[in-house]
Order: sequence, then C-alpha cells, then structure tokens
Amino acid sequence: MNTAMTTGALRLRRVPGKYLPVVVTGCLLVAMFATGGIRYEGFATGQVILNVFIDNAFLLVVAVGMTFVILTGGIDLSVGSVVALSTMIAASLMEGPGWPPYLVVPLVLAVGSGLGLVMGYIVHAFDIQPFIVTLAGMFLARGLCYTIGTDSIPITDPTFTVFAQTRIDLFADLWISPSVLLAVAVVVVAAYVLHYTRFGRTVYATGGNEQSALLMGLPVGRTKIAVYTISGFCSALGGVLLSFYMLSGYGLHAVGMELDAIAAVVIGGTLLTGGSGFLLGTVLGVLVLGLIQTIISFEGTLSSWWTKIFIGMLLFVFIVLQRLFSARSRR
Amino acid sequence: MTKPGDGRGEMALPAPVLTMRGIGKRFPGVTALDGVDLRLLPGEVHALMGENGAGKSTLIKVLTGVHAADAGTVELEGRRVAFAGPLEAQQAGISTVYQEVNLCANLSVAENILLGREPRRRGRIDWKRMRARATELLSRLELSLDVSAPLSSCSLAVQQMVAIARAIDVDARVLILDEPTSSLDAGEVAQLFRVMRRLKDQGIAILFVSHFLDQVYEIADRMTILRNGKLVGEHLTRELSMVRLVALMIGQELAALERLHGAHRTFDRPLVEARGVGRTGAVEPFTLTVHEGEVVGLAGLLGSGRTEIARLLFGADHASTGEMAVGGSPASLRTPRAAMNHKIAFCSENRKADGLIPDLTVRENIILALQATRGWTRPVPREQQDELVGRYIKALKISPPNPEQLVRNLSGGNQQKVVLARWLILEPRLLILDEPTRGIDVGAKTEIQRLVAELSDGGMAVLFISAELEEVLRLSHKVEVLRDRRLVAELPNDERLTTDVLMETIASGGRGR
Repeated sequence: MNTAMTTGALRLRRVPGKYLPVVVTGCLLVAMFATGGIRYEGFATGQVILNVFIDNAFLLVVAVGMTFVILTGGIDLSVGSVVALSTMIAASLMEGPGWPPYLVVPLVLAVGSGLGLVMGYIVHAFDIQPFIVTLAGMFLARGLCYTIGTDSIPITDPTFTVFAQTRIDLFADLWISPSVLLAVAVVVVAAYVLHYTRFGRTVYATGGNEQSALLMGLPVGRTKIAVYTISGFCSALGGVLLSFYMLSGYGLHAVGMELDAIAAVVIGGTLLTGGSGFLLGTVLGVLVLGLIQTIISFEGTLSSWWTKIFIGMLLFVFIVLQRLFSARSRR
Repeated sequence: MTKPGDGRGEMALPAPVLTMRGIGKRFPGVTALDGVDLRLLPGEVHALMGENGAGKSTLIKVLTGVHAADAGTVELEGRRVAFAGPLEAQQAGISTVYQEVNLCANLSVAENILLGREPRRRGRIDWKRMRARATELLSRLELSLDVSAPLSSCSLAVQQMVAIARAIDVDARVLILDEPTSSLDAGEVAQLFRVMRRLKDQGIAILFVSHFLDQVYEIADRMTILRNGKLVGEHLTRELSMVRLVALMIGQELAALERLHGAHRTFDRPLVEARGVGRTGAVEPFTLTVHEGEVVGLAGLLGSGRTEIARLLFGADHASTGEMAVGGSPASLRTPRAAMNHKIAFCSENRKADGLIPDLTVRENIILALQATRGWTRPVPREQQDELVGRYIKALKISPPNPEQLVRNLSGGNQQKVVLARWLILEPRLLILDEPTRGIDVGAKTEIQRLVAELSDGGMAVLFISAELEEVLRLSHKVEVLRDRRLVAELPNDERLTTDVLMETIASGGRGR
C-alpha cells in the first residue's frame, strides 16, 4: 500500500499541472470502485458503473452547463429550479391539453435557454454578481412550478414512457438508457466547443482574467451571456431527462441539484474562480457523486444522508487541494 | 518652452507615422491635457516623460481611444483618426502593452499571443498551426520557449515579451510600452531593450514611458516632456542633459522661498535608525537616521523608492535585509502594529484607498486609530471623543468644523487634515507623511506645512515625502535623495542647498557631488 502510494505520487509529479486535479479525481474514482469491489459481492461489474450513468444522466447534463458558467468565473444557482420547472411544463402540457412531445420538448428547451439568457444579460449589463442574479432566478423558477400545480403530475405520454423504458444493449449483459447516450453526446459536443472554438477559448480567457480578456479585444460580454444561456439550455435538457427518469413533473423535483452540480464540477477539478478545468473532470465528478450513492446503498445499513456527509468531506478536501494548486502555480 | 520642430536635424526627419496636434482633455475640475503635441517617427524609440499627473497616461488613453479628446487631432500616416476603443486602435496598428501585463495567465503562451485570432480550419481551432505561428512570432523577438506551456509558468519579463508578441502580430506600426520595466530586473530590462531595438529596426515606432532616467537615456532617440498637462518640449535625447530634463519635468518655479525652519540645526537624539535596511525588488539597502524633532525630506522622482522606504519604516512591508533601532534599542518593525507601538504613524499617499473611510463621520475617522490601539473591548468614551476631536478640528482648522459631517463631503485638503488628525491623536514620536499635500489647494497646503514645522519644533520627528522639491526644501532639516530605488545622497539643508542642487543630485544620482 505504502509503496503503491509513493510510486503514484512520483508519477503524479510528471503530469502537467493543469491536468493534475483531473488525474486526482480519476484516481479517487478508481480507488472507490476498487474498495467497493473488495467489500461487496457483485459490485465490481461494468453495469454498476453504467447504472451510475443511467441514474445521473440528467445531473451530468446539468453539470456540463454549470462547467461553462464556472469556467468564466460565474455560478448558476438556478439550475435545480429550472430542471423542476422543465419537468412541470412538460408534464402539464402533455397531460392537460395533450400537446405532443415534439412540441413540448423544444418549448421546454426554449424556456430554459430564455431564462438563462435573461440572467446572463442581467449579470453582464448591470454588472451584478452572478450569485445574486441566479439566486433570484432560482426562486422565480421554483415559484413558477407551483403556479402550474402543487402536486406531482404523472406522465403517461407513450413516447416518454417508451423512451424511459428502452434499454440499449451493449455487449455481454451490459445496457444503458437513451438518456445516457444523449448525455454523452452533450459532453462530447461541449468538450469540442470548449477546446476547438474561439468561443470556448474566450470562456477560459474570461475566467482567467476578465479585464485582460476585454483589453485583448475578446467579446467578453457576449460570452458571459452565452454561458448562462447554455447553462439554462442544459438545465432544461436535464429536466427533460429527469422526466424520462421519474415519469412525472413536480415542483419538488431536483431540490438542491444546483449544489450537486456545483459539487460535481468542483470535485472534477474546475477552479471556482474560473479559467481552469476540463469537462472530463466534470464527468468524473458526477461519477464520484454517483458512486458514493451506490456504495452507500450496497452498504445497506447506512442512511442515505451519509451520501451528503461524504460529499461534504470530499468537497472540503478538494477545495483545499485547489487552493494548494493555485498557490503553487502562482509561484 | 521649446516647440516641436525646434530640434536641429529637422531636415533629416522622415515623415511621422503618428501626429497628435493640440490635444486637450478636461475632466471635471481638472485640465488633464492642454494643447499637447506628439510626433512619432517610424523606427524610433520615443520617450514620453513627465512627473505623476503630468498627463502621460491621459495622452496614451486619448491616443488609444479610451478617452475622447476635447480638442486637437490625431493623424495616423496622414489620415485623421479617432478611435472608439483600444480594439479599434489595435486594428489600425496602434498596440499598447500596459504596465501590468494584461494577459490570461491560465492559458498557454501560444493562446495568449493569438487569442481572438486563432488560425482555424473549418471553424475548428488549428492548434498545430497556432503553435507554429506563435513560435514564429516569438522568434522575431529572438525568443524561443515552449509555446504550449501555461503563461503562469513564465517570468514577468517573458510575459511582457509575450504581450509584445501579441501586439506586433496585428501588424503594429505604433507600439506603446507603458512602464514596461517597472517590475523587471536588470537582465530582463536588457532583454526587453534588445527586443525594442529589433522592432525599431523593423520600422515600428515605439512610445516608451518610464520613470527610470537611465533606461530612457539608454534606449530613447527622442523624448516629449509634459508637465501639468502641458507640452514642455520635444528633444533629441542626446541633446538634452539629464539635469535639464529633470528641470523640465519638475518645473523651475523658483519663487523666493522662506524656509520655515531656522538655520540648519544639529540633532543629537536619534529616534529611528535604519541600518542597511532594504527590500528586494522594492528598494536597495539604505541607512537612515531620524532624530527627535527633525524633519527629514525624501526627494526623488516617482518610483524612485520614496514610498517604499516609508512602508518599510512603518512595517507595512517586510525588510529583507538590515536592522532597525528605535530610541537606541533594536526593534523589529515587522507589522504596522509593532510600528504603532513604537509610536510611529504613517499617513499614506493614497488617502482615499488606504486612509479614509468616506462613509464615516469626521469624528469616527479621527478616532479610528486611537480605538485600534485600545482594542475594541475598551471603547473610547464619547465625551473624550468629542473633546479630542473638537480640539483637533480647531487646531487643524478642519472646515466645516462639524465632527458629524461625513468625510466624503469634505474637500481634499480637509480630508487630508482628518487623516493627519487621526495620527496626531496618538501623539506619535515619528510621523511619516507620504505626499500629504498632493492634490489639495494652496491654502490647505501651507497650513499643513506650517503644522509640520510646529510639530517638529515640539519634538516630533517627521519623515516628509513630496514630489515637490520646493516643499521638501522648505520644511526639511536634511534631505535624502533617491534615484532608481536607491538612496544616493544625504544633504543637510543649509543655505547652499537649492532646488537646482537637488535636481542635479537626482539627475546625476549623487555622483556629481
């Protein structure tokens, strides 16, 4: 054990600084998986990992949007409420007036993006802290849920139920849900945008030093508005995926999901101050959160609140690590 | 006053790439620029000289479109231009590298050079071509480094080069370097100068702003000198002596000055002694003794290390070498609190940022430091507050004499008096005044000067920092001359000492005497 750790540390030193947080999270994930495999019968199977994806596809999509925002140095607290609002709009329109899904889904996505656009505009135009603007958005969206209805609305639309129950068989006995495919597609597109487009690089530049980015002639304002719009879009998409998963719309869905998303992004090694981080890290962060839940459920005797305790402890460790990394790179 | 064009060799000058004529700029209450001309020739390094507040940065901001000029014209290669912002200026070929490197340290060197202009193939950033292009641009500056490394891993000097590489990539014809050397060491400055000469050979006009006279004389071909927002002259560097330059920058309003103090006295009771105290990168080791009842003036141009010495004596910065003694016994002044325990007080240069809290009343501001020494568990009784504050308002003639007035509503001079009162209430033995009279009206200025004289007669030691040599001369018993972050001379203030002598000492770096 001891030797394994020191050789690991040696290898870590050769990793370029910017990848280090991601590598740490990756190692953590492997360690957690190994521990689970040793402790519990039937844990060390591919399906356990895939189930984490299946159960957290919506969180992954939301966390992708959050990654954009945090990379610019902002924060979006409204995502959980927007997710809930999306399930509510979808359920009420399909179950009440009987709108078809191909109308409802684009509408939901438009509402989410629109909310993000407005918040981004306010953040940029009035130079207000994103924290407070998106806090307002959070209350607004959550409140709107209850104007639609206070009870849970079950979704019986055949397209939705089919989508919810479809299993895509991979090899052996492994399978995933369509939501996972969608979430992975979102991750791939987002990673491409961040690394291979001018917009993506401007996101990083803005988070690195907004003043400099402005003086370098980059469209900082437009970029800031765009990241909140993207986050709004991802939340709405996450909401659609959540309604596949839950088959209901409810104002109390996704309470606190904004914090899960932020936690996933931070555990994935993205700096809260912006400018540094990778989408791969966010994926790993979501997997770590999901795997904690899985381990707790395998343990059986522990209350589910232990999930929160572990996440809390992990966050402490990771923010301290971040501080150490940034202190080192400043030198 | 020399008008541009007075310089000999006019015939040989090529057509200027940039001409600014009669530039005027007013801000509420101040005329920042008044009829300033500037000509930049292709392939020259042109120094823009002037003391703080002379209008250098305003002129640069007008040129790059940050501010719109109220009067005058700007011509770039014969065409009249007026830029709406730095980006537009950059696109027209005027690039600026600011004092603080304005880059994104979290991104790679290559990205910092090419951000916003990344080579693309079908909308996709072509990282390979980007690195190649960045490497090529840096090689134009005779620099080879790993362009995919993050900028944060580079030294400040290299970051500056990267900023320059970014600036020249846009086909710059005019490159403005605003205080590029202020945080570089000698080797890095030499490297920067090599790059500047190379760019100059490529026909780029470089506008160079620096407070370091040696550097200006080493690199600049010509210079334009500003004072108080007005053009003082345009000269060939080789035809203007340093003494003359300093005189032009500071101005020679040698009005008959009464000295506030009698003849030069000798002081025998040292209060604060600094032996070989210095701080790497801020000020070279210096030895300085301040006696009880003595006013010591610090003279030197901006950036010469005046404030740095004050901060070291007050413990606001840590000295990296040397030792200090207070009242004859060794003392470690490592924090402002320690300095305050030794009854050293410091009125900082920037009264708005460091000193005053504009939303508190005059009384609250004055009582602040006294309260701090007592700790918050023992509040100063209200009657005592009123009594003390009333006394100092009267003594310093703070107007309006209302202790409950918000400080933000006071004039600059009166705000300065509030800062003074705050420290005087502590009855310090050494009072450090950093530019106490800057930006305040003449009346308040003389009152503060008189007050300093009175305090020293009462036995208080004063370290007096001012950009105005006359003022230093008028108040001080001895004058410490600083130049390029080094204490170069200590001059007793006797009849022979005049502002001319001071200027000469600053210009020669103490070598002349």
